[in-house]
Amino acid sequence: MIKKIFSLIIIAGLLTVFIPIILNFSFQTDLPDVAKSYVEKGSKDLGAMNIVTAIIVTFRGLDTLGEVAVLFIAATGIAVLFRKNAINDKRPKQISKRDSSEILLTGIRLLAPVILIFGIYIFLNGHLSPGGGFQGGAVIATVVLLLFLSDSSYKINHKIFGFIESFSGVSYVIIGFLGLVLMGADNFLDNRILPLGEFGTILSAGAIPIIYTLVGLKVGTELASVLDNMKGDIE
Amino acid sequence: MNLILILGFMLLAIGFWGMLTQKNMIKIVIGLTIAEVGVQIIMISIGYIKERTAPILDSAVPLADAVNKVVDPIPQALVLTAIVIGVAVNALILSFIIRLYKEKKSLSIDDYKEMKW
Repeated sequence: MIKKIFSLIIIAGLLTVFIPIILNFSFQTDLPDVAKSYVEKGSKDLGAMNIVTAIIVTFRGLDTLGEVAVLFIAATGIAVLFRKNAINDKRPKQISKRDSSEILLTGIRLLAPVILIFGIYIFLNGHLSPGGGFQGGAVIATVVLLLFLSDSSYKINHKIFGFIESFSGVSYVIIGFLGLVLMGADNFLDNRILPLGEFGTILSAGAIPIIYTLVGLKVGTELASVLDNMKGDIE
Repeated sequence: MNLILILGFMLLAIGFWGMLTQKNMIKIVIGLTIAEVGVQIIMISIGYIKERTAPILDSAVPLADAVNKVVDPIPQALVLTAIVIGVAVNALILSFIIRLYKEKKSLSIDDYKEMKW
């Protein structure tokens, strides 16, 4: 009871902070200066149609590299938590599971390649339309989740997944350093190491599609291995 | 008045309420997630500018006048980052909870007093 009252007091305190913010809020009427220069340079200098992508991949590319690193560290932490002999499970391992029905299996086998292609489409078009590596990677991970849910004996190939993950991570960093080598000292992760191409086509915006493809592959395989760790083992 | 902003703050308050009052650790994580979504909605609504469109320079936005036609893209980029990091952190917290459950067979936060001071 005392705890409830204490929580109520904290929430009331939060609300007294929130309500003046809501009441005094007024819409921006113009872009801030940073956003202005991003919108102008994003289309002119980088050739990207999607300004959010230009910010994430190029203007703030180092942050995105850090974000991918955080994701990798979280996935590694999950793998450590679920490593084989760490868990002292006293329950009997054998849980008899009913096989999935034929309709579910067939439906998911039919859907999986389509969703996979949709994920690839999302990260290939990241510089043209809403989308990008993180979203495409999440869509790819849903394919693996569907396969786990439908087929209890399905196992991912750790060799291939590990290879794709480390290959895309290393390539991402190498592309970043190529910017340093080809463009000069303050151009880490510059997308202009490749020709910018025609504005608005799929092969435009320099290295942005390549970087986002690598990010998509990395996020997809990483989330898939997180799901693989979290689903648990049934021998 | 900005209804989306109010919605975001409401979700933030509900999430905090869940985190403070619930005993079940999975429900605490759900509260955290709701608060996270609230913060993301607040950030997006702060970047909005009336009668403007998404920062994608397609045929609807003339290139020369793009600065006066699009909303602020920076909060959107920040929220994209926040969502990805949020997913990773939530997955890590849930993994900790699964491990704790396997050790003690309990999800109640009251059964874990070792770290309490």
